[in-house]
Amino acid sequence: MSTSLPTRGGDTETVSPPRPPGPKGQPTGGSGRPQWRQRLSRLDHTLAPYLYISPFFLLFLVIGMFPLLYTAWVSVHDWSLLGGKGEFVGLDNYREVLQNPYFTKQLVNTISIFAISSVPQILIALVLAALLDNQLRARTAWRMSILLPFVVSPVAVAIIFGSLYGDRYGLANEILGVVGIDPVSWHTNRLASHVAIATMVNWRWTGYNALIFLAAMQAVPRELYESAAIDGAGRLRQFLSITVPMIRPTMIFVIITSTIGGLQVFAEPRLFDQTTARNGGSDRQFGTITMLIYDFGWQLRDLGRASATAWLLFLVICAFAVVNFLLIRRLGRLGTIGGRG
Amino acid sequence: MQTPKSRRVRLATSALVALTLATTAAACGGGGDDASADGTTTITVATFNEFGYEGLIDEWNAANDDIKIKQVKVGTWDDAKANLYTKLAAGSGLSDIEAIEGDAMPAIMAESDAFVDLTDPELDGRWLDWKAAAGTNSEGQMIGYGTDVGPEGICYRADLFKKAGLPTDRDEVAKMMGTWDDYFALGDEFVEAMPGAAWYDSSGGLAQAMLNQVANPFETDDGTVDVENPELEAVYTAVTDNVDRGLSTRVAQWGDDWNAQFQEDAFATMACPGWMMGIIEGNSEGVDGWDIANAFPGGGGNWGGSFLTVPAQGEHQEEAKKVAAWLTAPEQQAKAFEAVGAFPSQVEAQDSPEVNEATNAFFNDAPIGEITADRAAAITVQPFKGPKYSDILTAFQAAVLRVDDGSKDPDASWDQFLADVEALG
Repeated sequence: MSTSLPTRGGDTETVSPPRPPGPKGQPTGGSGRPQWRQRLSRLDHTLAPYLYISPFFLLFLVIGMFPLLYTAWVSVHDWSLLGGKGEFVGLDNYREVLQNPYFTKQLVNTISIFAISSVPQILIALVLAALLDNQLRARTAWRMSILLPFVVSPVAVAIIFGSLYGDRYGLANEILGVVGIDPVSWHTNRLASHVAIATMVNWRWTGYNALIFLAAMQAVPRELYESAAIDGAGRLRQFLSITVPMIRPTMIFVIITSTIGGLQVFAEPRLFDQTTARNGGSDRQFGTITMLIYDFGWQLRDLGRASATAWLLFLVICAFAVVNFLLIRRLGRLGTIGGRG
Repeated sequence: MQTPKSRRVRLATSALVALTLATTAAACGGGGDDASADGTTTITVATFNEFGYEGLIDEWNAANDDIKIKQVKVGTWDDAKANLYTKLAAGSGLSDIEAIEGDAMPAIMAESDAFVDLTDPELDGRWLDWKAAAGTNSEGQMIGYGTDVGPEGICYRADLFKKAGLPTDRDEVAKMMGTWDDYFALGDEFVEAMPGAAWYDSSGGLAQAMLNQVANPFETDDGTVDVENPELEAVYTAVTDNVDRGLSTRVAQWGDDWNAQFQEDAFATMACPGWMMGIIEGNSEGVDGWDIANAFPGGGGNWGGSFLTVPAQGEHQEEAKKVAAWLTAPEQQAKAFEAVGAFPSQVEAQDSPEVNEATNAFFNDAPIGEITADRAAAITVQPFKGPKYSDILTAFQAAVLRVDDGSKDPDASWDQFLADVEALG
């Protein structure tokens, strides 16, 4: 951590190697004490910031990095939940997982649920934030109320939505029946089950993301809107050409974090499940990758395969995050260009 | 972000917890005993579903000053199982006494080292022989004290029978259910008269009831997995064929729709071990007409019935053993039967007047003590259940459900079941 770190805030100092005290700070009183103090002060200046942020990295090493590496170590062994470590098997666990038909199926489910939930979720959050960014009466109350679903425990959410989406006696099907639509098999039809789970996820997270967007929108200088209005730009035009490009860094943050979360979706589908195995429907119609990890680890009691799956998921998430990052950067740039044109 | 506890966070938390526990344990240095200043020890008892222990625990706590009992309840065995395996793997965190579901007992006994040997010569002859055997491992150590057993009868809706023009008297109904073919034929009659309703509650439940009459459903006597045997295939074919006949409700047992259909006149009969009566009553609020027939197609069968075990990681093993022995004593089991219908596995309790003369108002004042005792006497086959029984059963029920809910045809679903069993390793 001590070698050639980038310069800090336009300052020309680097962390290492430490430079000798410059002529500017020459002692005037002649005694040694000021020089010592000066050296201390310089040390304070260069080292302290790193000490301040070090607890996070130390904590991350212990509770983030260690499990990650330990999981990798487990994934190349025969490792039973109760029996513990067995022999070294190399990449056998990875091969077995990749050949398991459920892996492909549950990976597709995961991506599908992620796409159905995250895309509308972010768009709705963006629109909601734009609406809340107006001069409303009782502004704070409105803003806080959209966070309400986030406070509700996911277990409660799953129970409520589970009974809404009952195949036989659920409210959703009864409402569809009134309109004359045949009942939907929410737990058996693959796409329908993904939609049902996506609504659960969206209900919980849209408000949260909207608040983050709102915070970013508040930082957009109001003069931009005023001059745009003078130029004759309407509300929609202002939103697309000023708001969206200006909050791009926040959008990248929200999209990356919801990619990570969306690909790890677990509680909602597991609690939505009605079967005793809880693997995501009788034919794993809505089983996700994290549910497969749970199945391998805690139901088949094979931590080796579970860890291999966890690492595969980690790689998938990294790939998705990178793709999303590149996409949003390009989109953002297009938005700016469009705004200028 | 969307899943509140990501895997990494969970791993991290467990690492932290483990670290904390390790340091605490080191600090305690062996002398660690959480007996409070006045010398009382608290024994925690983890149960699932309904064991009927609430009254018993009050009784014990009123009579004993040195040991107090505290119950830890969860909803279903599946939740209890997840907790059990996680904490067995972690080596800490389990209750002093853990209740184990009967079908899972063979898998638990494969991990005998993690449990205390409860063998006690004074308790010889307390249990039915096969129940005692099911709690004893190959080295002759008793790992679990038996609580209840589940002799199966047929619970039925007399009011729906009447509407369909079938006899409603429980003795007459019993006579019409000698074999599974009789039972299914009666079902054809019923669904023809009542097109909106099914004959039984769920294919999964029925399949499990039928499996309890098969000597070697999934494994041979030496514990080798053999799921391609004719008896198992016969059960699978019978159950999956009935889907097209309209006999099945086509919902998953224990799910929301399953719970809801008790209120909807959706089905007329169900396989009914003693403990199921409490569940039916709980789900059928406001519904009249339930009754129980003293018969089970194809002979008797036992479904479920649990055990109390003492995990070796507990700090108060002697006290826990004493409490487990007390909770499974005949007098206490008779009271649990009165509370929730869990039929005792103790010889003496089964013969007691409290059990023998019991009736149940909800089931049209049926003499449930007498009926359940008859059903217990009719049990001739105890299926062999090896360590993989519970895992294979879960896969089997998923296979049945796939046909029920229409996601696979019977052949494709069977092939998937074979692959699932293969993957158990």
